[in-house]
Amino acid sequence: MQLKANQYPRESARVLREEPQVRDSVTAATLNFDAKRRQMYGEIEAETWRGWAEAVKNHVLTHLDTYLPQAEAALQSNGVQVHWAENAEAAQRIVAEIARANGVKKVVKAKTMVSEELGINPLLESLGLEVLETDLGEYIIQLLGQPPSHIVGPAIHLNLEQIRELFHRKFGTPLEAPPEDLAGVARKLLREGFLQAEMGISGGNFLVAETGTLALIENEGNIRLSTSAPRIHVALVGIEKLLPRFSDLSVFLSLTARAATGQRLGTFVSLIQGPRRPHEPDGPEAVHVVLVDNGRSSVLADTEAWETLRCVRCAACLNACPVYRQTGGHAYGYVYSGPIGAILAPGLVGLENTKPLPYASSLCGACFQACPVRIPIPKLLLTWRNRAVEQGLQPKAEGAAIRAYAAAMTRPWAYTLGSKALRMLPKEALDNTVLPVVKAWTEGRAGLKPSPKSFRELWKEGI
Amino acid sequence: MRVALFVTCLTDQFFAEAGVAAVRLLRSLGCEVEFPEGQTCCGQPAYNAGYWNEARQMATHTLEVFNEAEYVVLPSGSCTTMVRAFYPELYRDTPQRFTQAEALSHKTFELAEFIVKVLGVTQLGEGLRGQHIAYHHGCHALRELGIKNEPLTLLKNAGAEVVNWEAAQECCGFGGLFSVKLPEVALSMADRKLQTLPKVDYLTSADGGCMLHLAGRIENRKLKLPVKPLASVLWEAHAHQAEG
Repeated sequence: MQLKANQYPRESARVLREEPQVRDSVTAATLNFDAKRRQMYGEIEAETWRGWAEAVKNHVLTHLDTYLPQAEAALQSNGVQVHWAENAEAAQRIVAEIARANGVKKVVKAKTMVSEELGINPLLESLGLEVLETDLGEYIIQLLGQPPSHIVGPAIHLNLEQIRELFHRKFGTPLEAPPEDLAGVARKLLREGFLQAEMGISGGNFLVAETGTLALIENEGNIRLSTSAPRIHVALVGIEKLLPRFSDLSVFLSLTARAATGQRLGTFVSLIQGPRRPHEPDGPEAVHVVLVDNGRSSVLADTEAWETLRCVRCAACLNACPVYRQTGGHAYGYVYSGPIGAILAPGLVGLENTKPLPYASSLCGACFQACPVRIPIPKLLLTWRNRAVEQGLQPKAEGAAIRAYAAAMTRPWAYTLGSKALRMLPKEALDNTVLPVVKAWTEGRAGLKPSPKSFRELWKEGI
Repeated sequence: MRVALFVTCLTDQFFAEAGVAAVRLLRSLGCEVEFPEGQTCCGQPAYNAGYWNEARQMATHTLEVFNEAEYVVLPSGSCTTMVRAFYPELYRDTPQRFTQAEALSHKTFELAEFIVKVLGVTQLGEGLRGQHIAYHHGCHALRELGIKNEPLTLLKNAGAEVVNWEAAQECCGFGGLFSVKLPEVALSMADRKLQTLPKVDYLTSADGGCMLHLAGRIENRKLKLPVKPLASVLWEAHAHQAEG
C-alpha cells in the first residue's frame, strides 16, 4: 500500500468525523479479541511462556548468520527453491519471474501481510495476472479496493451492513442476507479460484531452521488450499520469522493463537515440508520460499530498536490499544498499523516518512502487557520520539516551548512567577485563546480552571 | 517518619485542595510532612514528547530538591512513575546521577500505595459509607508500577462501593501532549470511558492529567458528574473517623 503515515494526525481526525461506524466496529471486535486473549493467557503460565518465547526469538535474531544458512540448506534438501530478496523490488522481480517461467495466469493469495508490504498484488495485476484474495476478510477488502485495516482481521473496520451492501452490489444477494449466505457466495467463488489458479502465494508464520518446515496458522482453510491446490506455491517469509528447532513450534503455535484470536490453536495449522513427493496424491509441483529482508537487517543492527523484530504479527497489541480502537488501521497510512506498526514503520521505511506514528500512542502500556514476545513497545515509541527530536524533525515552535518550560521548571522563582501569572490571566485566556496548545485543549473540553490559590500559597499560609 | 510531599505541578495549580488533603492525611497517620519549596515539575511531559535533554534537566533539579528526603510521596500515579521508573533511564550514561536516581526511585511512592505498603494502613475510617464511586486507574501507575489494589482497598474499607466499570483500566486519552497533539483521538477515548460509566456519585483518580481531561470533557458534554482527586476522597474517608 501507498505510504501515507505523515498524514496520520489529519486522517485519524477525519475517520472519527466522517466514518464513525469504523470506531464502533473496531472497538467491538478488538475488545472481544482482547478479552479472549486474556482468558487464554489465564489458562497457561503466561509469564513463563512469554519469557521463553522472548528468549528464543532473541537467540534466533542474534544468530541469524547461523540459522539463515541452516534454513536454506534444510529447505533445499526438502526440494524447496530458496530465493533471497534484499528489498521489495527484488521480491517483486523474483515473484514475477516465477510466474512468467511457469506460464501463470491466475494466482490465489493466502492471507499475507508481507505481500502487502512488498506490493505483490499491484505488481501481478500490472503483469496482467488475475489475483484472488482467499481469506474472507481479505477478499472483502479486495472487492472494495482497500488495504487491510488490521494485521489479523483485515476487514475489522467494516460492519455487517456494509458487507451486505457490497455483496448486494457485486453479487445480487438480498440486502438482509444472513452472514452465512454471504460466506456461502464467497466460498463458491473462492473454490473456483483454488481449482483454476496455477500459483498460490502465502506468507509464513514460522520457518524452522532445523527442518526447513514452513508453519502457517489460519481458521478458514484457505491457506491450506492456496498452498496445496495450485501447481506452484510461493511463500514470502521475513528473515525474522525463523525458529531454531521443530520442537519450538509447540509453544509458538499455541502462544500465537492465544495472543492473536484467543484460541488454543488455529483451526488449521499447515506444516509444509516441500513439494509433492512422487507417492503423494496432492500438493504443489514446486515450492519457492522467498526470504525477505526489506529493511529488517538495518533494524537488527539498531541496538535500541532491534527487539521490534521479535514480532510474530499476532496483532494482540492492536487489540489492546485504545488509540488503534478509535480509528482502525487505515489512518496509520502504513501496512502495519497500531502499536507494532508505529515502531516497525520508522525502522523499516525511515522516521522521516513515518514521524507521526510513534506519537500515535498515549503510552498506556496495554500493548506491552498483551505482546506474546514482550516487545517493549512503549519504550520503543519513546525512543523513536526522542530520535525525531534529536534529528530536528519536530516543529521548531514545539522545541522552543519545551525549552522554555524546562528553563522555568529548573528555576523555582520562575515557576512561582508562572503560578501567579496563571491566576492573573483573564478567564477567557484559558477558555479559548490564540495559544495553539490551549486552543487544541478547549476544542471539545471545558477551559482549564486553576485552583483559587496554589498549593504552595496554602502551604505558606499554614495547613 | 519524615515524608517529603512532591505535590506535582498539576496538583499545585489545579487541585490545590488535594495537596492540602494529602498533608492532613499523612500527618493524621503520624507522618512529619515536609514540603521542599524548590520543587517544580517532574519533567514527564518533556520525556514523553521525546525531549530527553530537557526532561533530564528537570529530573536533575528534582533529584537535588529531594536528595535529603526519607520518603517522597506524590498524590499522582504518573509522576510517581516518572520518578521511579523513568528517571534512572535518563541517566544510563552518567553512573553518579544514575545511583542518585535509583536512590530516589526506591524511596518514592504514590500516596495510596504509601499508606498501604509503607504505613501498613488499610482502614482509614468509614467516611465513605454509602458512596458509589468510579475509580479511574491511571495507566502508568497501573501498568508500569503495578499499583492496582491499594487505592481500591482504601476506598472499599472506608465503606465506599467502587462500581464495576468495564473501562476502568483503559486509558482515558490524556497522555500528556498526546491530548493536544491528537485531540480528536484523545476525546474519542474519553468518550469511551464516559459512555461505559455506570451511575455513580463521583469519579476519582490519582492522576491530575486524567482528571483535567475527563472533567473537561464531562463539562463540555454537559454531563453531571463530579470528579474528585483521590487524595481528597481518602482524607474524607479518614476525617470522619478523626473527628468522631
